[in-house]
Amino acid sequence: MERLTDATTSALMLLFSGNADLWEIIGISFRVSFVAILAATPPALLVAFALAYLRFPGRRLLISINSTLLSVPAVVVGLTLYILLSRQGPLGEWKLLFTQTAMVLGQVVLAFPILAAMSHSALQAVDKRAWETARTLGAGPLRASFTLMHEARFGLMAALLAAFGRIIAEVGASMMLGGNILHYTRNIPTAIALETSKGEFAQGIALGIVLLTLAFTLNALLQNVQGRGQPVS
Amino acid sequence: MTFKTLRPLVVFFSLLCLFSSLAHAGDNPEKIIKLATTTSTENSGLLSAILPKFTEDTGYQVHVIAVGTGKALRMGQDGDVDVVLVHARAAEDKFVAEGYGEKRYGVMYNDFVIVGPKEDPAGIAGAKTASEALGKIAHTQSIFVSRGDDSGTHKKERSLWKEAGITPEGSWYREAGQGMGKVLQIAGEMDGYTLTDRGTWLAYMDNSPLQISFQGDPQLFNPYGIIAVNPKRHPDTNYQGALALIGWFISPHGQELIGDFKIGDNKLFTPSADAEEFAAFSKEH
Repeated sequence: MERLTDATTSALMLLFSGNADLWEIIGISFRVSFVAILAATPPALLVAFALAYLRFPGRRLLISINSTLLSVPAVVVGLTLYILLSRQGPLGEWKLLFTQTAMVLGQVVLAFPILAAMSHSALQAVDKRAWETARTLGAGPLRASFTLMHEARFGLMAALLAAFGRIIAEVGASMMLGGNILHYTRNIPTAIALETSKGEFAQGIALGIVLLTLAFTLNALLQNVQGRGQPVS
Repeated sequence: MTFKTLRPLVVFFSLLCLFSSLAHAGDNPEKIIKLATTTSTENSGLLSAILPKFTEDTGYQVHVIAVGTGKALRMGQDGDVDVVLVHARAAEDKFVAEGYGEKRYGVMYNDFVIVGPKEDPAGIAGAKTASEALGKIAHTQSIFVSRGDDSGTHKKERSLWKEAGITPEGSWYREAGQGMGKVLQIAGEMDGYTLTDRGTWLAYMDNSPLQISFQGDPQLFNPYGIIAVNPKRHPDTNYQGALALIGWFISPHGQELIGDFKIGDNKLFTPSADAEEFAAFSKEH
């Protein structure tokens, strides 16, 4: 117990004294996950639109595939991309293994199914007449799509936050694809794994506190967003 | 409609952007060397102590990927890294002989020790050789935690079992599949024995309930070698960077830094690069 309190005290000191190594790790985590969300969102929205508004052969199959991807463990994503990106693999030419880009790719693959599934249900819930109304009022298809996204904004925000929450805390794929390189691909989860294996609990706890605070903030935002989405009675 | 609902999110993501810009952008790839090495050089703190000086001297950034020796050599074989720093002589020679690596240079050595519970339930302190000590552990069915990850330490452990004529199996023999530091913690929690390099042990001993149970057998000698990935096989690796790193490690300057690295009062590694080899290396490159 003493160890826990001691380590927590040093953790708080590390955080508030602005320890450069610690904040660099936090910065890398956010940078990678943020780029991953940015990259994953447009294609996920396209798929969500298609699933919600178009009827095409293979639609149900696409939904099943996406639901399956939702539960694919991060380590499997990591392993698959590792094999693909290794110099011996089909994408070896790109020289991406053990880079931040490889981590971004892994996180895109992890974020995509959440974004697509949650956006699909959010868009599905929008009254179909919104589209027709927008079109009748002279909006082009793109403008009308934005109207739909605006109607579904609470659900879409929830999708973004949920996906971000998953990838920022993910360790398996980041470890395999990034290689946990100091100053470069060491992010919060891989640093926690390493510090724990070294018996340096203070830094692990400090980073854990960051993740917990982040999870709390995301959830509070999510509650806020969803709360406002309720119809006024 | 208002954007009020979106405001917290906008603020949140703006903060993210700020964070992102703090992290430094990608560096010039020609100035980056990918080094696959063992957990012992990384966990003991040696590399983080001396590599910043290498960067200062040469301008190269070293990206260290710390895994077991087996995995490190595999990464070299696949051309996923530029240079490997490992400790498993037989596997290193094979790596070079098969043309994956160019030439092996000796860098430094330390030794392995067997650590275990203070009570020494298997009574290995009095053993004459390391394989005899392992024999006693097997005979008394005392818990032994193995790395189980094909690392240099694991390779050494297997060769010792082989020498003892024992195939370790049973509930007393536990394969962790993790790095050295983690295995020391596991052995500590389980009151078990394990084989470790002295460097990692020195870095961990303050937090460990274990103590050194057996040491000093020549069988436990642990030399480290550095090998550039063969540019003929993988032309797109950073061969120049790999040479710069090797030259620095075996230079008098690098050797001195290795020898000066201490935890508390204990030296962790003894530099052992061959001066003639360095002279030949300097001439050639």
